[in-house]
This record gives sequence, structure tokens and C-alpha cells, in this order.
Amino acid sequence: MSHSAQTLAASRAQAPHTSMFLRMLVRAAILRRGRALSALFAMVVAAAVATAMLNLYVDVQAKLRREFRNYGANVILVGKQGASLPPDTVSQVESTLSGRAIVASFAFVVARTTDGQPIVVAGTDFDRVRQLDRWWSVSEWPSAPQQALVGVRALSAVSPKNQRFDLSFQGRTIHLTPAGTVQTGAAEDSRVYLLLSEFVAWTAVAPSTIEIAASGSPEEVTAMINQLAQAIPAADVRPVRQIVEGEAHVLGKTRATLLAAAALIILTAALCVLSTLMGWVFDRRRDFAIMKALGASTRLLNGFFAAEAAALGATGALVGFAAGIGIAAWIGRANFHAAVVPRLSVLPVVLAGSMVVTLLSSILPISLLRRVQPAVILRGE
Amino acid sequence: MFVRLVYESFRRQKRRKLLAGAAITLGVTVATAMIAVATDIGDKINRELRTIGANILVTPQEDTLDVEIGGVNLKPPTDGAFLNEADLPKIKGTFWHNNITGFAPMLPVNASIESDGKAQDATLLGTYFAKQLTFGTENFTTGVRTTHPWWRVSGAWPDDNSRDVLLGERLASRLGAKPGDQIVLSNRQLHVSGILSTGSAEDDQVVAPLSLAQEILGRPGAVRRVYVSALTKPEDALARRDPKSMSGPVYDRWYCSPYPQSIAFQLAEAVPHSHAEQIRQVAQNEGAVLTRIEGLIFLITLAALFASALAVSAAMATAIFERRAEVGLMKALGAGKLAVASVFFAEASLLALLGGLLGFGAGALLARQIGQSIFNSQIEIQPVLLPVILSIAVLVTFGGSAAAIRRAVQLDPVFALRGEL
Repeated sequence: MSHSAQTLAASRAQAPHTSMFLRMLVRAAILRRGRALSALFAMVVAAAVATAMLNLYVDVQAKLRREFRNYGANVILVGKQGASLPPDTVSQVESTLSGRAIVASFAFVVARTTDGQPIVVAGTDFDRVRQLDRWWSVSEWPSAPQQALVGVRALSAVSPKNQRFDLSFQGRTIHLTPAGTVQTGAAEDSRVYLLLSEFVAWTAVAPSTIEIAASGSPEEVTAMINQLAQAIPAADVRPVRQIVEGEAHVLGKTRATLLAAAALIILTAALCVLSTLMGWVFDRRRDFAIMKALGASTRLLNGFFAAEAAALGATGALVGFAAGIGIAAWIGRANFHAAVVPRLSVLPVVLAGSMVVTLLSSILPISLLRRVQPAVILRGE
Repeated sequence: MFVRLVYESFRRQKRRKLLAGAAITLGVTVATAMIAVATDIGDKINRELRTIGANILVTPQEDTLDVEIGGVNLKPPTDGAFLNEADLPKIKGTFWHNNITGFAPMLPVNASIESDGKAQDATLLGTYFAKQLTFGTENFTTGVRTTHPWWRVSGAWPDDNSRDVLLGERLASRLGAKPGDQIVLSNRQLHVSGILSTGSAEDDQVVAPLSLAQEILGRPGAVRRVYVSALTKPEDALARRDPKSMSGPVYDRWYCSPYPQSIAFQLAEAVPHSHAEQIRQVAQNEGAVLTRIEGLIFLITLAALFASALAVSAAMATAIFERRAEVGLMKALGAGKLAVASVFFAEASLLALLGGLLGFGAGALLARQIGQSIFNSQIEIQPVLLPVILSIAVLVTFGGSAAAIRRAVQLDPVFALRGEL
């Protein structure tokens, strides 16, 4: 034995036991890098798919809720018995909801056209209505004073040639220019809309209705309704059931479909990992037999393969998590035109799931091999 | 010899074949189920979106302006034009009648309720609850129970041919009435079958069968407006064009697409002297929601197809890698690369066909189960999908095995037989 070999042997003898263990792990991965890489690849893909699906599942609700807010108000606040609301109600509503809602107030009167026909005239804030009622098809929004937004059916009654027109309410008359038309297919088509300040100056009638598009889960919206009812005792606050229930219905079904799809996909990905890893471990029955022949205890062997599986699972899960976040973000951009927020809460789930799958896929073949004599394996039978 | 090799391989290596076959079956099951769900999800979600209410409104053509605030009609009830109730079943005679899930006529009239000897004004709304109608040979049921699913009744829904009424919940609490009470309404003694809660203007109204409202108004057969709930297709550039400006073939394509606009156009044609228009709040937004959900499920189906393709390839690669010794033996006995590869490919295609068939059946069952448990309706799978799915299964299995087979045939038989490598 040469001098250098002696020092090498001595240094190995002095080294802590863990170094042999680590060396076996690392060398096993490097020497069979083709197989190790394909196992890692399967793990990464499975973890990425699982992350993307879970992330979407958590986030899709928020995304779809935003789509549903395009349906307009889900909460409506009206003065009790049709009375006008106190003048500071809008600011009170806004401070209560602190930015979680779009709020628009409406005041209504029945005015008369010059030929005495009754017509509903409403006063509102056009900038807010634009945000709240996105389905309004408006040819041009009023921008100058004394301009009105005229419903498509009201237009023929008040201003068939798009000329200036007069409306009167309780003996007072206002001169208006039609700025554009509004079409919704509902009551709005028969109305004339004015700027709220001009409306109040003309009629002295204050807003009686506030429409609120509140964002959040059904529980949050219910909580907001209760807060508003307490803060503004002069008003009736109620959910627009048509919108709230329809939203809950569609969201529930979509989430259930998504959950079923996620479960199927994750199951498939897990089985893919399972078959690849089992193949890998089974393939290394000679390593296993040699270790056993050299006197390794069952516990050590189990520990070795378990550590290997855990390392693979953890690496795969971390890389896969990053990739999965990327996939979810891309789907969010492509489909919802908004990024899907990475949910870190998904990471522990993916990590634990990967570990379980990898441990399972190494323990199964090991427990099969344990019953076999090392000599039989080494002879290649 | 070739057939025998393949046959014996299946007979003797049952465990390995079972594993690979199971992977293929599972992959095809998931792929089939997801494709079935994805092709049907639009229709299913469209039906769920109908819970938001009617998306088309039919009104008389020559009507005076609506005078309506907060859902309360202030127009004198005799003012303006009416539709004829007898024309309504024609709605089911339009080209897109299968897409019309229901309609409900409305006739608001002014009435007075007597309570404690005092008369009180109230709006009575006449409508269909679940009315049996016939058009041609087709029988169908329609009314607010289909078009306004958020209406809740405590007590019982009135029968459409009865003289029972529903009281809105706020009106009922003002009157102190409960289901089963009698009320006096415009000099008629009526039975209250239930209390209605809608969260909007109807909570202050009396809702009655249409015939009763017509009798109070004194105009038999009159209907003020009809709410129609239709399954529509999201609007695109063609939908927004004016039908009058279209040339023949474009017009036909527009007319034969279930856009909200074209269904409204056909409704106005079917019901004499009427004007029909989409209710933009409902119709516009449902297109947006539908597009988003369909897009999401489509992307997820792609992910599912990818995952199952990967699972199949992984299983095949493992199965072939385990059989190096066999390859070595075949080559040592003088088999060419082509002969070895063709044995493996034949085995792979057999597995793919068997697994594909099984998986298709299982996937169809799974899709049906998903449809039943989530949407309470069947998701039918098109038989046309079978050859498509089978060829995808064979392709993916080939693709998955190709790399492994290439490595196997390139092996040096000596090393392979000694079990080194």
C-alpha cells in the first residue's frame, strides 16, 4: 500500500460517518445522471403542474369575482320609504367601505317634456357610472355644462332631431343639449341623465339611491351590508340578490370543475413520478445487493434510499414550484389579462406532497427487494 | 416468430405489461374526461349563467316611454301599448327555440288592498309561474320559476289557473299577512298562497297569475312585456353589425348564430308588433364570464393532456429499460436493429390500443360522473372522439417509447447480457 493511499485511508477513517453517506448519495446521482435527471425531470414537471393547478384554484375565485363586478352593483342603498338620503351619505358610505367598492348615487324625478309627456330624469356622477355600469352603451358621455345623456327611447320623445330641449319640474324649466345616447335594453333607455349638481340646482331633490359594487367574498359583502346598515340608519341596505346568487352559483360550479380537473391532473403527475422513480430504484438493485453483502443494516439501507428520495423530492418540488408559478402567471395573463398572484401557502402542500410521492416510490421497490438474497441479485437473476 | 415473441412477452411479463397498460389507461382516462368536460363546459356554464335572469326583453313596438324608478312603474297602467298573450307560444317557434330556456310575461296593474277597513294602493304584477303551454306538438312549461330563479317563496307557489296570489315580503309585513290568509284586493276576495322574497321592487307588490291581472285591468290577453331567458354565444364583431347592412351570406350566418342580437331579432319577428332587445347588463357580461371560464378550462385541458402524455412516456421508458437483457439476447442471436425495434413498437401499439379503449370507457364514465355531481346533468361524450383519442394514445406511447427503444437497440449485447450499464 502506497503512502498516499495510507493517508487517504487514514483521512477517511477519521472523517465523520456522514461523509460516506453523503458521498454515496452524490456519487449515485452523478454516475447515473441520465436516470437521475429523468427522475428529477418527472418530479419537477409534476410539482410544476401541481403548483400551477393549486395556485389557479386558489386565485380563480378572485379573478372571476372581478369579472362579475362588471355586472354592476351587488348592494343597493335606498332611503327608507323612498325618501331622499342625508347629503353626506355618499362620503359616509365611502369611508365605511374604504376603497373596497365603486359607489354611485342617483336622484330621480318625473319631469315633463314641452308637450307634457312624463319622463324620468336622473342626476348622477358620470365618471362613477362609467366605472360601475360598464355595460351601458354610450355614444358620447356629457363633458360640458347643461349637457344630458339621453336614453335611446327617450330621444324621440325629447329631441328627435338631436336639438336642444327643455324639461320642466314643478314649474321650473331647464335647458339641455343632448351629448349622446345611452342604450342598455332596460329602464335606462327611457330616461334622461344629468350631472348631479345641475340636477339638484334644478329640482332641489337629493339622491335617493346609492348603487354599490362591493368586491369580496359573500361573507365580506354581507359584513359590509351590516356595517352600512348600522352607519346609515336612514337607509335600507340590501343585496341585489339576482347578481349575488348568480355569482355564487357560477363561481361554485367553476371551482368544483377546476378542483376535479386539478385532482385528476395531480394524480396523473404523481403516478408519472411514481413509475419513473420506481424504475430508477429497481434498476439499482445491484447497488442495494452490494451494500447488503458488505454488511449494511436494513435500517441504514432504508435510510439511504429514503434520504435519496427526500433530496430528490425537495429539489424537484422547489424547482417545480418556481416553474408552476410561472405557468399560473402565464395562464392568468393569457386568460384573465391580469397576473395570478403567487400563493406561498401552496409551497408547503407541494413540498409535502412531493416528499410523500418520492418516499412511497422508493419504499415500494425496496420492500420488494429486501426479501431477496443479495447473491441472487448479484448473479443477475 | 414475430407474433410468438410478442405474444409470449405479454404472457410471461404480466406485471410489467400491467404497469405500463395501467399508466396508458389512466392517461387516456384523464385525457378523455378532460376533453369531454372542456367541450361541454361552455353549454353547462351558459345554463348556470341563466340564474342571473332573463337576457332579452320583448316590449310592444309602439310603446310610450317607461316611467319607472327603482323597479316601480309610475306610468298609468292603461297607457301605452300591449302585446297579445296568444302570440307568446310563438317564441318557441323561432329558429333558436331550443336555446330559449324560458320566458315570463309581465303585466303590472294598479290595485287597492283593504286592510283594517282602510284601502291602500299597491301594484299587482301578473305573470306566469310555471305555465303549461303548447306550440305545435311541443308541450313546455315556462314562467318566473325558470326565468327568475332568485325569487323565493315561503308557503306555496300559486297555480297559474287559480286565483291565488303571492305577497311581497315587505308588503306582507306591513299588512301582517301570512301564507293561507285571505286578502281583499280591488273588491275581490283572494287567497294568499305564499310570501315572496326577491330583494327588489316585487317585495312591495302582489304577484298573481296573469289572467287575474288582466281581469283587474279589464283587458283580456294583455301583456306589458316579456322576459326571455336564452342561451347565447359571446358577442363578436359580426354580432354587433346592423343586420340591414349585411349581404346575403353574411346575414344568413348572423341570423343562424345564437347571438343575443340575432335571437332578439327573431323574437321581434315571431311576436307581432313587438320590439325585442338584449338586456345589456346580463347579456354583455355573460359573454365575458363565459369566455373567461371556457379559456381557463381549455388551458387546463392542455395541462391535463400534457401530464397524461408524460405519464405514459415515463411508464413506457421504464418498461423498456428494464428489458435490456432481453434485447441483448435477441441481438446476440442475430436480430437486427429493425427486428428488435419492431417487436417493441408492436408491443407498444397493442398496449396503447388496449389501454386506449379501456381508458376511453373509463374517461366517459368519469366525465359523466363529473357532470352529474357538479352540474346535475349528463356530459355526453361524442363517439367521434374514440378514433382521435386512440390515435393520440398510440402516438404518445410511440413517442414515449422511441427514446428508450433507440437506446435499447444501440446496446452492446455483451454488456447488456452481463447486466452492466
